[in-house]
Amino acid sequence: MQRKMKMVRIYIMGKEYRVPEGLTIMKAMEYAGYRYIRGAGCRAGFCGACATVYRKEGDYKLYADLACQTTVEDGMYLVQLPFTPANKAIYDLEKIKADDKTLVNFYPEIARCVSCNTCTKACPQELDVMDYIQASLRGDIAKAAELSFDCIQCGLCALRCPAEIVHYHVAQLARRLYGKYLAPKAKHLEKRVKEIEEGKFDAELKKMMKKSIEELRKMYNARDIEPEEEMPTESD
Amino acid sequence: MQLANIQGEKMEIAYYPGCTLKTNAKEFEESTIEAFKKLGIELKELNKWYCCGTVYSLATDNLMYRLAAIRNLIKVKEEGYDKVVTLCSICYNTLKQANLMAQQDEEAMYKINSFMDEEPDYHGEVEVLHPLEILKGMEEKIKENVVKPLNKKYAVYYGCLLLRPKEVAIDEYENPSVMEKLVEMLGGSVVNFPFKNECCGAYNVVSDREAVVERCYRIVGNARKNGADAIVTSCPLCHFNLSEMQKEIKKTDFVGLPIYYFSQLMVEAFGGRKCKEK
Amino acid sequence: MDLLAKVEELSGENLYACYQCGKCSAGCPMVDQMDLLPNQVILYVIRNDESVVEAKTPWICAQCYQCGTRCPRNVDITKIMEALRLIKLRKNIDYLKIGKVKKNLPQIAVVSATRKYTG
Repeated sequence: MQRKMKMVRIYIMGKEYRVPEGLTIMKAMEYAGYRYIRGAGCRAGFCGACATVYRKEGDYKLYADLACQTTVEDGMYLVQLPFTPANKAIYDLEKIKADDKTLVNFYPEIARCVSCNTCTKACPQELDVMDYIQASLRGDIAKAAELSFDCIQCGLCALRCPAEIVHYHVAQLARRLYGKYLAPKAKHLEKRVKEIEEGKFDAELKKMMKKSIEELRKMYNARDIEPEEEMPTESD
Repeated sequence: MQLANIQGEKMEIAYYPGCTLKTNAKEFEESTIEAFKKLGIELKELNKWYCCGTVYSLATDNLMYRLAAIRNLIKVKEEGYDKVVTLCSICYNTLKQANLMAQQDEEAMYKINSFMDEEPDYHGEVEVLHPLEILKGMEEKIKENVVKPLNKKYAVYYGCLLLRPKEVAIDEYENPSVMEKLVEMLGGSVVNFPFKNECCGAYNVVSDREAVVERCYRIVGNARKNGADAIVTSCPLCHFNLSEMQKEIKKTDFVGLPIYYFSQLMVEAFGGRKCKEK
Repeated sequence: MDLLAKVEELSGENLYACYQCGKCSAGCPMVDQMDLLPNQVILYVIRNDESVVEAKTPWICAQCYQCGTRCPRNVDITKIMEALRLIKLRKNIDYLKIGKVKKNLPQIAVVSATRKYTG
């Protein structure tokens, strides 16, 4: 005999539904009959497409999370935010400089940050969002890049910000500037790219191109896997 | 002040930099840290700090703009200090005014503390200091360290925010003398300078640049007429307005002056790097 | 709420204390750029003359506190200027488009401008 499912009450855009306990918000909405056209992607907490906000009964806080990663609770009031309107600065990474004014020049609204910390509280990735905006304001690109590294661009910070900052775009520029101009170069990579360009592996590649899928599969399964090691840095 | 009595032994004090000290006013930060080290005081930068919000918000109900200042003071407390020193005049003014509010306005602090529910409560436990206040009582120690006395004439420029509102003034608000005394201790001489506590135009440089160019013309021009070789200040925005706007003055009778932070003069007199002549 | 009441509420100042001596205007470093003298601003507000909200003076004020510090009647005019700015800013009317300002200004200037010129 099938075990009876325990049900919880949730409110989707104000309407009450009963859904099985233990579902994620995303699955609960589908159970209730909603179909995702936008606002769903990887369903695994990586793509940032399913930003959601909700309140719980008797609690003043407005919670922000990813619908695919959060389990429904009894008495949850929720809504999906399929999209965050946000302006992205237009730049040519090859032509811009990484200095202490770059971020505030492209996104002067970061100067409006009042340190209310609402962005940090809203971040489903638990990043120190306010801290990276503050680092951006004072021109510390490396710190902004580091603190925002795990950002999945769900947009919840930008929707909650009273200063109307678009945090994740600022962070993306910081990471791009960091990657292009500030991070220590991986010398082994440069060397390998040069070798490829010089045709060092052409013969081997040609040989592989002639092989059948079966042979390739066999080769792939028997390949050597390099042990993971620390990336060499400039000081090495 | 308690701090000033500490002679000889090494001491440490929390340091709140502010955004501009990490960018345009890097030389202000470096020279102050260096000069204070000579005097046996180590300025320890806070691990976490946030833009103070610059200009203090004045509306009775605008607590949102005071969050940043209070959050910084909480960080000072959290990191185990009871005093914090900040170099920039605007940061000083904002942190100090916010701290006064924290000490006096219970209702405002109830709101702020409940809003910042992720932080411990704050009620004004920290003391906000400007380096010039600390230097006030260190006359002997300063003189001891002078190895290359300054030999120029300086116009000392306080601007507004070290002196006003008077509740946060680091000195007598209409006729301060702490910076003059410092310059003289360092071997320099001081000229009369009626503009010393007049505003440089501040953030008008963003919206009305011409107005600030005009202020710069009058302030720097007057310092020059009074025989100064340079102007000394403590504010990164005064520094920017008085130095950068000189380049935009079109009047032919104008001859500019170099602008220094007081700490750069200290470093020079203590035998360190000389101030750039311009 | 009329203009006077609104300004009094936002600033916390008693504008009727002003006796129009003009000391605030005498000491104001930005007065050359203004379209109304600081003491005139008080007069306009007392008369509930809404045109003062459109004046340039509150936006030229650099919040240097000279007026309030010297006022013999202890009226903090600096706060009155802030109240007048907020009347506009709180209606979502910015004085300055922050995206259009000159690049490479020091952070201290840009942050100040956002606080005083944008809502």
